[in-house]
Amino acid sequence: MEAKNLLKVALKSILKSRMRSLLTALGIIIGVAAVIVMVAIGNGAQKKVEDQIASLGSNLIVIFPGSINSGGVRMGAGSINRFTMKDVEKIREEATLLKGVTPIVRTGGQVIGGSGNWNTRIEGVSTNYLEISNWSLSSGEFFTEKDMISRAKVAVLGKTVADQLFPNDDPIGQQIRIRNVPFRVIGVLAPKGQNVMGADNDDIIIAPATTVLDRLLGGRYISFIMASASSLSQIDQAQAQLVEIMRKAHNLNPGEDNDFTVRNQAEITQAATETSQVLTILLASVAGVSLIVGGIGIMNIMLVSVTERTREIGIRLSVGARTSDILIQFLTESIALSIAGGLIGVLLAFGITFILNEYTSQAAYINPQIVFIAVSFAGIIGIFFGFYPARKAANLNPIDALRYE
Amino acid sequence: MENASGKNIIKTVDLSKTYSVGDVEVPAIKSIDLNIDGGEFVAIMGASGSGKSTLMNLIGCLDTPTSGEYYLDGINTSKLTKNEYAAIRNQKIGFVFQGYNLLARTSALENVELPLMYDRAHRINNPAEKALEVLRRVGLEDRIHHEPSQLSGGQQQRVAIARSLVNEPSLILADEPTGNLDSKMSVEIFALFQKLNDEGITIVLVTHERDFAKFAKRIVELKDGRIIKDYMIKDRLYAQEELFKIQEEEIAEEA
Repeated sequence: MEAKNLLKVALKSILKSRMRSLLTALGIIIGVAAVIVMVAIGNGAQKKVEDQIASLGSNLIVIFPGSINSGGVRMGAGSINRFTMKDVEKIREEATLLKGVTPIVRTGGQVIGGSGNWNTRIEGVSTNYLEISNWSLSSGEFFTEKDMISRAKVAVLGKTVADQLFPNDDPIGQQIRIRNVPFRVIGVLAPKGQNVMGADNDDIIIAPATTVLDRLLGGRYISFIMASASSLSQIDQAQAQLVEIMRKAHNLNPGEDNDFTVRNQAEITQAATETSQVLTILLASVAGVSLIVGGIGIMNIMLVSVTERTREIGIRLSVGARTSDILIQFLTESIALSIAGGLIGVLLAFGITFILNEYTSQAAYINPQIVFIAVSFAGIIGIFFGFYPARKAANLNPIDALRYE
Repeated sequence: MENASGKNIIKTVDLSKTYSVGDVEVPAIKSIDLNIDGGEFVAIMGASGSGKSTLMNLIGCLDTPTSGEYYLDGINTSKLTKNEYAAIRNQKIGFVFQGYNLLARTSALENVELPLMYDRAHRINNPAEKALEVLRRVGLEDRIHHEPSQLSGGQQQRVAIARSLVNEPSLILADEPTGNLDSKMSVEIFALFQKLNDEGITIVLVTHERDFAKFAKRIVELKDGRIIKDYMIKDRLYAQEELFKIQEEEIAEEA
């Protein structure tokens, strides 16, 4: 029989008993919808984790000093502090794949100001720190290049510090003393919340790196360097370039180990997203089981249908249908049923995802790929579970089939 | 038409069929030699259990013999594959059943088109047109979109006859075609068969009513799986004349 006629016959017999067809396809509908929604929820969770990591900074590359090989004894990262502002300058001049670079001079101490005192983390950075760390100010302003050069005693407070020292007042313009050095507060950072490890990001004071080095520490070594690649796709090239620049700056011979350690955000992201990917796969496989159960439902109904339509099969055989014609007819029917169920399932999944996104806090993103996979899988289930009933129909003896009451 | 009279359409040689019911072998027909020429109109008669339906199924290529040979239109069917069997059913034979065997919830037109859908040779270009033509031939042109449940028994059987004609078969086989019909409708059906036979189509039918058998040209009687009588009908009846008689009787009754 021609494809056009086959489809016509299949659709006709599906539409002849609408209610039953709908109930048969229901298993597939629910299965496909479940797979898509589960993966969408998984994707949503993954996106959340990725967003959290993105809040660390944009396309971040971090260079820590140390990890050199001294006389065969490998020292841990940070064992020898050898970064200076010169390194930062070198990177700023030579790197071409970076959006920006900043030194981080990390220290800590007691801060006095306003109504009390507070022990916090103090970081000396450069003017493009906000851009690199994906942060912004909630009020006031950030320090400028001029402040860097003049080692100005200005500070920007994290939300937690601002709340501790100035619970009732506006901290902008107020005086604080860090390790007895007076600083003027010029800005307050927007709250960032906890980081991935659970520490408070907002418990911090930011000041010009030069100021922190000269006026608080009296040294010339910086803790580490943070850089931001121009784009996520270039993060690996940018990192390689950074390594080259640093090796040159530190006069390392070929074959000599790096005296610094580089980590990029993509690596961190990968580690964190792997967990949520496992979760997604788990959810999808549970939903996949329901798809298979749906397929068994189709097989069940098709078997009943073959018995019910034994006479029809006999008639078709008696007017010259081949075994293969009957096989294909019943297969077409079960495939049509399962694909139609699959498509309805897709619509249902879009509906559920819409409701999730609009009315609940659960974010869900439908992946077009998974829609395609789920519908194809439904089709394959139609073939797989339709085959046995179809073969049973096709192998009927015409006389027996015609006599069947 | 290829089935010109004189040529052997059906030729069976020592044809036998045995069914096994459990361990018991039940012979249904035993070494039957039967020749039917093109253009004949043969009635096969016999009591139930005489093997006439088995013989029909074998002639109609719905079943395969246990032993013996069967030539249909010169083709030795014992050497055919399952698919070739299907093709023969499709192209050489039109089958009419006692119970009509039409597809339910399917229009008369689509029922008649059905064999054409399975014709891999695509001998007929426009199936719908051909189906309409044969429906016209059986006098149902005003019922083509009716489904079987909306038609009377006689009309359903005429749809079935139209279906058997649509593939331009060499042979029409009818297994008790009027078994479910009242006598007037039965005579109408026989009138149709006679008309088709006059147009050159070979017809073989099974009936157990002697009155109806007389509409044929030749009678083959079976008993216990063997042919016991095979003769040409001398006082053949013409269904059209019988119909007039019935109508006159009806008018007389009313008066």
